[in-house]
Amino acid sequence: MSVDFSTIVSAAPFLLTGLWFTIQITLVGVGGGIVLGSLLAVARLSRNRFISGLATAYVNVMRSIPLILVIFWIFFLVPWAIGWLVNGGRPVAVGATLTIFITFILFEAAYYAEIVRAGFRSISTGQYEACEALGLPKFHAYVYILFPQAIRNVLPILLTQTIILCQDTSPVYVISATDLLGAASKIAQRDGRLVEMYLTVGVVYFLFSYTASQFVKSLQSRLAYGGR
Amino acid sequence: MISISHVSKSYGSFQALKDCSAEIARGEVVVICGPSGSGKSTLIKTVNGLESFDVGQIKVGDFRLAPGVTHMAALRRSVGMVFQSFELFPHLSVLSNVTIAQTKVLKRPKAAAEDKAHALLARVGLSAHVTKYPAQLSGGQQQRVAIARALALDPEVMLFDEPTSALDPEMVNEVLDVMTSLARQGMTMLCVTHEMGFARNVANRVLFMDGGEIVETSEAATFFSAPASARAKAFLARILRH
Repeated sequence: MSVDFSTIVSAAPFLLTGLWFTIQITLVGVGGGIVLGSLLAVARLSRNRFISGLATAYVNVMRSIPLILVIFWIFFLVPWAIGWLVNGGRPVAVGATLTIFITFILFEAAYYAEIVRAGFRSISTGQYEACEALGLPKFHAYVYILFPQAIRNVLPILLTQTIILCQDTSPVYVISATDLLGAASKIAQRDGRLVEMYLTVGVVYFLFSYTASQFVKSLQSRLAYGGR
Repeated sequence: MISISHVSKSYGSFQALKDCSAEIARGEVVVICGPSGSGKSTLIKTVNGLESFDVGQIKVGDFRLAPGVTHMAALRRSVGMVFQSFELFPHLSVLSNVTIAQTKVLKRPKAAAEDKAHALLARVGLSAHVTKYPAQLSGGQQQRVAIARALALDPEVMLFDEPTSALDPEMVNEVLDVMTSLARQGMTMLCVTHEMGFARNVANRVLFMDGGEIVETSEAATFFSAPASARAKAFLARILRH
């Protein structure tokens, strides 16, 4: 079998659609995941046992089941849930793309929650006391004082998790959604160009992840307080 | 101004505060001293509600604090606190450290808050450092920013929890000077400190604590020349030997 990279050119538009979907999943997963994850982190640190228990249970369940299973759950359960709420029990079609977005937000939030929680715990109790002593309302204390420090302390880990997220979009094929790897795999099988396709997407993933991790590295050295 | 009556607190079987009572008049400067672990920090933190207590009550001005009271916004506004390890907000500039509570708690307009901050920072001798970040300042400078931050809310009472204990010796005096001038201007101050010079020269009275109890309350001069209790005598003998 000869290796022919010209096949990449004709496959490029389809690969780019796949890449674009991978990027979309990553962006939605990061954005939604960090917002929901931060709320979960604050909830886990709450003194109210009910709230912290609920958040803890959520995080533990999500982290102990495989992503593929969550995709299935959302794909098959959410139409029923929406139907049950608004459509008199008849399931409402949600579509693969929306399913994937919801899944990644819910799933990644559990991981981001743990990272953000570690960030909050890395802040000294004195900072919490200072907020209280100044009479800052809890919401303001979290938004202006605690959250910025927490995020800053864990930013490198947060970005590392994001790189992992970008690489972990491939299970979306189970509900017929097509990310970068899915696109490559389809063409590879159709044209019998396995080597070319898998090498190409490998290079794309590598370039993306390597650039991102170099960025994390430079960020780490710039993040020391007072160093600007 | 501050009235602490019969306050007790336990952690499990360990009693951190035992039936503590004290009255502090407006404009008075009171130093709390005693061996480590005697409950000084715990007591001072009960006054602004950072530490809860099990029995008793504390009045600061018109605010009555008792076990179970949870809404302390009014208390926090009238009581400023300075911590041993400064606790400035590291991600905010010196100026923002002093303005943030003004704008968020008192809802002061930004310009007014900044004017106030500039004035206070000038008062503690830090006008040249307003745009810097806490990590770029020395310990003594950071503690003076912390004092300005607390004063920015126009408190009626200032609490100092070992404000100079984390400082290098050559920086202790710059902080004590600020505290002294504050005392001269009539601020009501409650200070946990090991600076006996400050206690002797600036404080009106000394509360001596040991084992969670207020063992002795004396005029500052009397406390050093003729301590009443054996425990205070032993403590002074230990710390004033050198």
